[in-house]
Amino acid sequence: MNWIDICDITDIPLRGARIVKSSMGCVAVFRTTEDEVFATSDRCPHKGGPLSEGIVHGKSVTCPLHNWVFDLETGAAQGADEGQIATFATQVVDGRVLLDATNIMTALAAE
Amino acid sequence: MTQKLIIIGAGMAAGRALEHLFEQAPDAYDVTLFNAEPRGTYNRIMLSPVLSGDKSFEDIVTHTAEWYEDNSVTCRFGEKVVNIDRTAKTVTSDTGDMLSYDKLVIATGSNPFIIPLPGHDLEGVIAYRDLEDTNTMIALGDKPDAKAVVIGGGLLGLEAAAGLALRGVDVTVVHIMGHLMERQLDEAAGYLLRKALVDKGITVKCSANSKEILGENGKVKALLLDDGTELPCDLLVMAVGIRPSVALASDAGLATGRGIHVDDQMITSDEDILSLGECVEHNGDIFGLVAPIFDQAKVLAKTLLGEEAAFVNKDVATKLKVTGCDLFSAGDFAEGEGREDIVYRDPARGVYKRLVLENDRIIGAVMYGDTADGNWFFGLIKEREDISEMRDTLIFGPAYQGGDPVDPMAAVAALPADAEICGCNGVCKGQIVEAIGNGATTLEDVKATTKASGSCGTCTGLVEQVLAVTLGDDFVMPAAKSVCGCTDLTHEDVRRLIKSRELKSQPAVWQELGWSTPNGCHVCRPAINYYLLADWPLEYADDPQSRFVNERNHANIQKDGTYSVVPRMWGGITTPDELRAIANAADKYDVPTVKVTGGQRIDLLGVKKEDLPAIWFDLNQAGLVSGHAYSKGLRTVKTCVGTDHCRFGTQDSTGLGIKLEKHLWGSWTPHKLKLGVSGCPRNCAEATCKDIGVICVDSGYEISIAGAAGMEVKETELLCKVATEEEAMEVISAMTQIYRENAKYLDRIFKWVAKVGLDWVKEQIVDDLPNRKALAERFEISQSIYRTDPWAEHATQKAETYQPVANLTLEAAE
Repeated sequence: MNWIDICDITDIPLRGARIVKSSMGCVAVFRTTEDEVFATSDRCPHKGGPLSEGIVHGKSVTCPLHNWVFDLETGAAQGADEGQIATFATQVVDGRVLLDATNIMTALAAE
Repeated sequence: MTQKLIIIGAGMAAGRALEHLFEQAPDAYDVTLFNAEPRGTYNRIMLSPVLSGDKSFEDIVTHTAEWYEDNSVTCRFGEKVVNIDRTAKTVTSDTGDMLSYDKLVIATGSNPFIIPLPGHDLEGVIAYRDLEDTNTMIALGDKPDAKAVVIGGGLLGLEAAAGLALRGVDVTVVHIMGHLMERQLDEAAGYLLRKALVDKGITVKCSANSKEILGENGKVKALLLDDGTELPCDLLVMAVGIRPSVALASDAGLATGRGIHVDDQMITSDEDILSLGECVEHNGDIFGLVAPIFDQAKVLAKTLLGEEAAFVNKDVATKLKVTGCDLFSAGDFAEGEGREDIVYRDPARGVYKRLVLENDRIIGAVMYGDTADGNWFFGLIKEREDISEMRDTLIFGPAYQGGDPVDPMAAVAALPADAEICGCNGVCKGQIVEAIGNGATTLEDVKATTKASGSCGTCTGLVEQVLAVTLGDDFVMPAAKSVCGCTDLTHEDVRRLIKSRELKSQPAVWQELGWSTPNGCHVCRPAINYYLLADWPLEYADDPQSRFVNERNHANIQKDGTYSVVPRMWGGITTPDELRAIANAADKYDVPTVKVTGGQRIDLLGVKKEDLPAIWFDLNQAGLVSGHAYSKGLRTVKTCVGTDHCRFGTQDSTGLGIKLEKHLWGSWTPHKLKLGVSGCPRNCAEATCKDIGVICVDSGYEISIAGAAGMEVKETELLCKVATEEEAMEVISAMTQIYRENAKYLDRIFKWVAKVGLDWVKEQIVDDLPNRKALAERFEISQSIYRTDPWAEHATQKAETYQPVANLTLEAAE
C-alpha cells in the first residue's frame, strides 16, 4: 500500500468529481451527497467517455456521452449494459482524500 | 495447449457465435477473425435506419475494437481469405499470409445477386448489402434533383427505396412480379403496401422487366425496360436477392449444394471445419432471417467446446415494417384445392387480414395495417390447432374467443412464451415474464433488464400489457409517461406541484413528491434543476452538478473529450478587433478546427478542458462573452442587414436583433431557443423556421413562433403584429417567459405549442395585456440573476476546477 494525499474533500464538488492524472491514464475521484469518496477509472468502457464529467446520483455516475450508468462501489455497469470500470481504494482522513498509488498503477496498466 | 480457431467472416453469425464461445470458455481457443469488410461486426439489419438517417453507423456496431481486444481476438479486417488447404490445415489470405488452424469456421455469409443485364458493371450500379452501399445511397441524397432506380420489390429493395425517398431522392421501384413482396404478401396486402409507398412519393412499377442498363462515360444513366420505357437515374440499386457465398468452401472440396452442407452440429463434410449463417445449407434449407442463425451460433459454440447440441430449424413468422407500414405473414397463403379463406377488410383504416384454412386448421396468415394478433395466429399455425369451434369469430383475434366478455388483455394473455414482443431487441414474452418473476414491476425495470421497448418504443404498450397480465392487480398502468424511473409523476405534474406546493429545493422535491431514489438520476435531475430555477429565480441557486457536462463546463464536449468554444456575436455583427482576438486565441491554444456556424458566429473546435479558462480569459479581454452554444437557453438571434445597407429593408432588423440578443442572453429555457429577425418579407435571416421569428414590414413587426428546422421542419405561425420595437421586445420577453414557466423540459417551442395550442398562447400574451406585462416583468427578475457571462466567472474564480486535482505522474517520478 502506498497512500498518497490527493486533495481536500471540499476540492471535489458535492455530487461531482475531479480527476487525478497518472502516467497510466486518469482516475476519477467522486464525492456523493453523503460525503462518500469513490475512485474509479475515468474512462467509460463503451466509447471512452470521461466519467468524471457525468452526473453523480446516489452511488452511481452516468457517462456524459451515451448515458451508461456505473455503480461507483463495484464499478459494474447498471441495467442492460455490460461493462466494468476499475475501482480504487480511497480513505478520507481528517478531511483529506487519500488514494493508494500502487493499486492504481497496476489496475490502470491492466486496462 | 490452446487450440487455434480461425473464423472467416465477421458478420452477425460469427459475432454471436464468438459471444457464446467466450461466455462459456473464454480461454478455450486462440481466435483469429478474418473479415473482407474493413471492420468488425455490426447489426446489418439496422442499415436501413442508417440509410434513413434515424441511426448513425456507430449506433449499430455490436462489437467494438475494445471488445475484440478484451477477448483477445486477433482481428484481420479488410483481409480476405483466398484459399483453404484442408490437408495442411492452413488458410491463406490475399496478403499472402498463411495461418494454420485446429478448427476453422466458415461464416462467409451471402453475396448479393447481380442480374447480368448489359451494363451491370457500370459505375453507379450497386447492391444493398454493406456500409459502403449505404453510404453511396446517403451521398446521393446530398445531390440536388437526384434520381434512383431500385430493381427488386422485396423487403430489401423497398427499404432502400424508402430510405432514398426520405433523403429526398426521386425513386422508382422496378419489380418483375405482379405485386410487391410476393413471397410474404398476397396480392391484396401487396396492393395496400404499394399504395402506401406511392403516397410517400415513390414510383412503383410492377410486372416490369429490365432489359438493359444504359450508361454514359462509364456511368449509369438510365434503366431500359422491355416495353421501351427509359427510367433516368444517377444510381441503380439491385436488391433482387442473395446467394450463399460458397466459392471458398467448394474450392476447398467441401460438400456444397445451394449452400455449404452442414449437419445438426454445424459441422461441414470436414470434421475440423464448421460453418454457419447465410452461407450454409441444412437439410435442404438456406437461411436469411436472424433468429435461426442465432440458434446456429449457439450450437456452433457448443460443438467447438465438445458439448452436445443440435440445430433444429424452427418455423419463423415474418413481422416486418417497411417505412411505417405494419405487415405480418406466416405459413402458406397460396390458394389451392381444399383451402378456404377468411378475409377481413377495413378500407378506411387501411386494414387487411386474411387467414388460409385447410382441414379446420390455419395454415397461413397475412395481415396488413393491424398486426396485433399476428403472434396469436402464428401460435395456432405452429400448434396445428383445430379452430372449428371458434371459426365464426376467429378473424377478430383472441380477445373474441370463448364467449367471455371482451377483455383487452386477453390477446396478450393468450400469447405463447416465445411470442416476440420487442422486435428491435429480439425480446419474447417469456423473457419479460421471467424478468417480472425476478422482481421487475415497472416498464422501466423491464427495459433495464431485458432492453424490451428500449429502442423504437412502439412495443411499450405491449410490454405494459404483459406486466399487467403477469402482475395482476399489483401493476398500475401508468396513465402518462413519467419523468423517469425515479417517479410515476409526469413532467406536467411535477411542474404544477413545484409551483403549488412552493417546492424551492431539490431535497424538497425528492421528499414531498416521493422520489424513489436519494437524489434522482441523470434524466430527472437536469429537468428538476431547470424547473426550480425557472419558477424560483431568486430563491433557488442553479446546481452545476445537475447539469449535463456541456452546461456545467460552458462548452460543448466532443467525441474525443475536447471542447468547442463559441463566443457570442451580437446579432451576427463583429469587428476586426474581435476577429483578431479569435484568430489569436485559435493560434495560441492550437485549435485544430475553426468553423463558421449556422447561427452567424465562429466555433473553435478541439480545445482541451484544461485550456478553457485561459482561452475564455483571453476572449473576455477583447470583449467577447459566452455564446451559450452549449445550453438549453438563448442561442442566437440571426439577422439580416436591414435598413442600414439593404435597399429592400423596411426596419432596422440588425439593431432589433442585437437588442433582443442583449435582452435575452444568459436565460435558461426548457430547450434551445433560437430567434431570427428579417428586415423584409424576403426573409434573409430565415426567421420563419426559428423558435421565435420577426419579419419587419413597413407598418411594423410580424412576430411568429413555433418554427422548427431540425429533425422536423416547420414554418412558424403568426402570433401577432405590433407597430413599435418596444412592443416587439415586450411580446418576445413575455413569450420567452411563458415558455420558460410552462413547457416540459426538452420540448422546443413548437412541440410545446402543439400541446397547449396557439390560441391559448395568444390569449395569454396578445389579448391579455396585463398578463403580458407581468410575464415580461418576471422575465426581467430572472434575468437580473442570469444575464451575465459565465465564462468571466469561471475564468477568474473557478479556473482551478478545470485542472486535475492531483498529478500522480509527478509522484511516480520522485
